[in-house]
Amino acid sequence: MIEYLSAIVGMLILVLLVGLGRILLGPSTADRMLASQLFSTAGVSILILLAIIQNQSALINVALVLALLAPLTLITFIRLRKKPL
Amino acid sequence: MSLLDVFTVIMTASGLFFFFAGSIGLLRFPDVFCRLHALTKADNLGLGLIVFGALPQAASIFDALQIIFIWLLIMVASAVSCYLVANQAVEDLSKDAADQSNKLNDLSMRRTTKPTINSSTGSTTNGF
Repeated sequence: MIEYLSAIVGMLILVLLVGLGRILLGPSTADRMLASQLFSTAGVSILILLAIIQNQSALINVALVLALLAPLTLITFIRLRKKPL
Repeated sequence: MSLLDVFTVIMTASGLFFFFAGSIGLLRFPDVFCRLHALTKADNLGLGLIVFGALPQAASIFDALQIIFIWLLIMVASAVSCYLVANQAVEDLSKDAADQSNKLNDLSMRRTTKPTINSSTGSTTNGF
């Protein structure tokens, strides 16, 4: 079971690499922020699976902090573009 | 391998499939709105499936509740950020279109001596 979940985590890291490709290509800044949203969802699922693999509940708290902070970056980005400080 | 393990295997594998579908859509779709569609729908479904697969393996009931709470939080956050990004992209599009039609109007004002260019730019301006 642990080997299988580790393989799933490896595949999710491949998904993150695809998101990095969009950050390199992305014509507009909105595309790049979308890739950061992909990072938040994939990162949260990686952290939840790692918490199960390593049997450490602290990693679930890390996933919670990541899920809380990821939308704040995007909201800040939109607010800064609307009204430059 | 118990029944719960089989449930975990099936759920995480299908969640991974949806994650791959979402990220390939992010890489290959033509504009911001299509990419938003791929990302916010497919990725959240993938995260939900992985969360449901992880629930039977959680160490305690408190961990399971916290995982469910994280999933709900991600759903709300992705709905909000999807709306904000789409709103910003629509504003950028309309601003670009306005700039371009202003530029074309300036060009046609300058080149009043050449009627062929004038008519062609005029038709493009009407296109906006």
